[in-house]
Amino acid sequence: MNKWTRRGFIGAGVLTGGALVVGVAVRPGNPVDKLRADVAGGAGEQLVNAWVKIDRDNSVTAIVPHCEMGQGAHTTLAQMLADELDADWAKVSVMQAPADGFYVVPDAARAFVAAWSVDAPEWIEPTYNGLFTQIARLGDVLITGGSSSVRSTGQHTMRIAGAAARQMLMAAAAARWNVPVGEIVAENSTLLHKATNKRGTYGEFAEAAAHEPMPQTPPLKDVSQFKLMGKGLQRLDIPAKVNGSADFGIDARIAGQPLKYVAVKAPPVPGSKVEAINTATAKTMPGVRKILNMGDFVAVVADGYWQAQQALTMVEPRYSRTDGDTIDSAKLSASFAKALDAAGEAGGKSLAKEGDAPAALAKAAKKVVAEYKVPFVAHAAMEPINCTAWVHDGKCEIWTSTQVPLMAGSAVAKALELSSDDVTINQLYLGGAFGRRLETDYPVQAARVAKEAGTPIKMIWSREEDIRQDFYRPADTSRFSAGLDASGKPVSWNNVFTQLNDPPGSWDVAHYDIPNRSIRHAEASMHLRFGSLRSVDHSQQGFFIESFMDELAHAAGQDPFEYRRALLRQSPRHKAVLEKVAQMAGWGTALPPETGRGIALVKSFGTIVAEVAEVTIKDGRPRVAKVWCCADAGYVMNPDGFAAQMEGGIIYGLTTALYSGITLKDGGVVQSNFHDYQMVRMEEAPEIKVDFINADSKALGGAGEPGLPPIAPAVANAIFAATGKRIRELPIAQHFT
Amino acid sequence: MIQTTVNGKPLQIEVDPATPILWVLREQLGLTGTKFGCGVAQCGACTAHLDGQPIRSCSTPISDADGRQITTIEGLAGPDGALHPLQQAWIDAQVPQCGYCQSGQLMSAAALLRDTPQPSDAQIDAAMSGNICRCGTYGRIRSAIKAAASGTER
Repeated sequence: MNKWTRRGFIGAGVLTGGALVVGVAVRPGNPVDKLRADVAGGAGEQLVNAWVKIDRDNSVTAIVPHCEMGQGAHTTLAQMLADELDADWAKVSVMQAPADGFYVVPDAARAFVAAWSVDAPEWIEPTYNGLFTQIARLGDVLITGGSSSVRSTGQHTMRIAGAAARQMLMAAAAARWNVPVGEIVAENSTLLHKATNKRGTYGEFAEAAAHEPMPQTPPLKDVSQFKLMGKGLQRLDIPAKVNGSADFGIDARIAGQPLKYVAVKAPPVPGSKVEAINTATAKTMPGVRKILNMGDFVAVVADGYWQAQQALTMVEPRYSRTDGDTIDSAKLSASFAKALDAAGEAGGKSLAKEGDAPAALAKAAKKVVAEYKVPFVAHAAMEPINCTAWVHDGKCEIWTSTQVPLMAGSAVAKALELSSDDVTINQLYLGGAFGRRLETDYPVQAARVAKEAGTPIKMIWSREEDIRQDFYRPADTSRFSAGLDASGKPVSWNNVFTQLNDPPGSWDVAHYDIPNRSIRHAEASMHLRFGSLRSVDHSQQGFFIESFMDELAHAAGQDPFEYRRALLRQSPRHKAVLEKVAQMAGWGTALPPETGRGIALVKSFGTIVAEVAEVTIKDGRPRVAKVWCCADAGYVMNPDGFAAQMEGGIIYGLTTALYSGITLKDGGVVQSNFHDYQMVRMEEAPEIKVDFINADSKALGGAGEPGLPPIAPAVANAIFAATGKRIRELPIAQHFT
Repeated sequence: MIQTTVNGKPLQIEVDPATPILWVLREQLGLTGTKFGCGVAQCGACTAHLDGQPIRSCSTPISDADGRQITTIEGLAGPDGALHPLQQAWIDAQVPQCGYCQSGQLMSAAALLRDTPQPSDAQIDAAMSGNICRCGTYGRIRSAIKAAASGTER
């Protein structure tokens, strides 16, 4: 049995109709009794971040606090809960937890503290005394990001909720049949007592189970007992995604309320204001209801979205000047170089210091120096940013696709000067997010327009707005100097770069055996808005570090796979992943002319991933034909879903590596739509093979992001192998025009 | 007044004839399975069929549909609700991730298979490269099209 080390609180209740509900709230380091006393303050109040509901008809509902944006979290979390519950998978369904517990199970819940509460900072703790509204004001921790759903919510709450419910059901059956609980067997949503041949469904015992004592530390299954975990179960949300019935944010409708449609345009340069608008032509156009100067953007409210868009193009805005108006990509790059020059050999903020890297560099047999660059990147999810809002009777209702429903609610409340109690967020499917929907700008924008319009509205951004008003993966420059000894082994690693966000340690190379390291950050400012983009800092650091490591291997005259492998003696899991991917790819076997293989290895979000790319130069351009990927995420809960996430990370990262480059002119973004902000399409999609290693079932890694970081360096290294041309600046396409 | 047939149902629609088909489907008819992605026929999310041919509905005015038949993702399954072989293949191969582009992908694939029941990789590339998927489901789409094609043969 796994030892359950996280301290938490399990609550249960019975609903009208006899359904059992069990919820779990988890707080590290909190005495359980204190927490229970805090929580039980009001009648029927509970704080939970995972739920299971078992109805009299024997159906099981897993209530999941994460949004579904294609990562498969709904299914995998339900799978983990159902396994611990020993539920019949055919009877399990999933429900998205609303941002307000009132709407789920009014008798049992007043609140949700969600997802990241296991890692939530201490300052959120006071909200445990209170209710959802306080959490919304203070904490806003209902979040889907950081590749956290399975490893955090799944491991620490969904499994526990399932295991606790199972114990309570068994106890209820033992009591009714008057037999020892140890003789009760639970399987497939059925309770059995073999000696007396008694049998009953979970549904029959749901109500009675609610009155059993709540087990505060239910034992969890060991890997050998898993029935559903580790299986590639089909995703529960897919059938609705092949017939057009899945409702995304953009599909929101309000029963009985016709919508007006809103097109918006913000000034091209961040920080600029709309000083005035000329609406002479636009206001005469068909269907136009209102044209609003909102100060930071222009909005056209019309009967139809196309009408709103047409009219918006005829509005003539005058924007205020800003300090950012003269910035272009070349100037920005120069400012980054200046910051790095100023930091010099030892300046800036030290992030890692091991041994004496500068001294070791001075004494090294060979010195290798390189500078790497990446540009800004926009998320470009297929569903453009949109939000439906209705402000009426002192309340605001929002329908949207968001990764952060509670944060969105409190941001809207603040903007409209409402209480968080008076803001409701209705969560729909996300048509991709990749970090863009961690921001709350668009629910606020829609709510403000809805208030002015005095009618329910659906705001939809044009693709141009989506690309030009993003929160970008920042441009970054990274400088390296490394020293090799006479045998070619790196003895000194010196690195300084300009952008430092999340997650901590993305710049580190501690898994490689390099005795002297100095890693520093030289801060350089930007005027564009920063946002998390799938794998965040790893998206550029993976490219920088693993490309430079490849340079070291070639400088040493050694095979890039063998070179890395020799440096991984202290990192056996990294080494195993690297060796397996090399084996999968047939590393070292002969290749056709103008074809090369590249390898890269990055650990991010708890998961070690190695990839090999095979690139052929065709008509003077690199074509990525095949990618092999091996991952160690500790234990893979749903192999097919995990593979899908690796495939997704690879294709997303391939677009970023080959094409994504947001450039600036006169302070604004040049690119506007898919014709000048290109995506990898079917004809360029490589064949991808994914495999994994289950090395530790007790410490899980993420899936959504870790597939991305190794692909850019694997491709760039393969291009070097094929052509001798070293790619030191993304996107790659600019080097092959 | 536009007279058109949508998923087999004859309709008369009072609308500016320049309005793109996409917005008529979504706003007038409540058929929201067809998605807005770019507005300029670059991404394929809005793909529907006009007299059986795939069109980018974001850039095709409703006047083009006068007297003709529109089919959307909601009309891809048979009248009895039986899934189109591609829809089943999409489930079997677990193709969708976020799912937003998949209506368009399926409509492009359905037009491909109708005209080319056994498409080669090159034919799949040609028919499907107008449809962008940001989640990276291309490999699974290719497998699903091939699976559905081999089913058609049986």
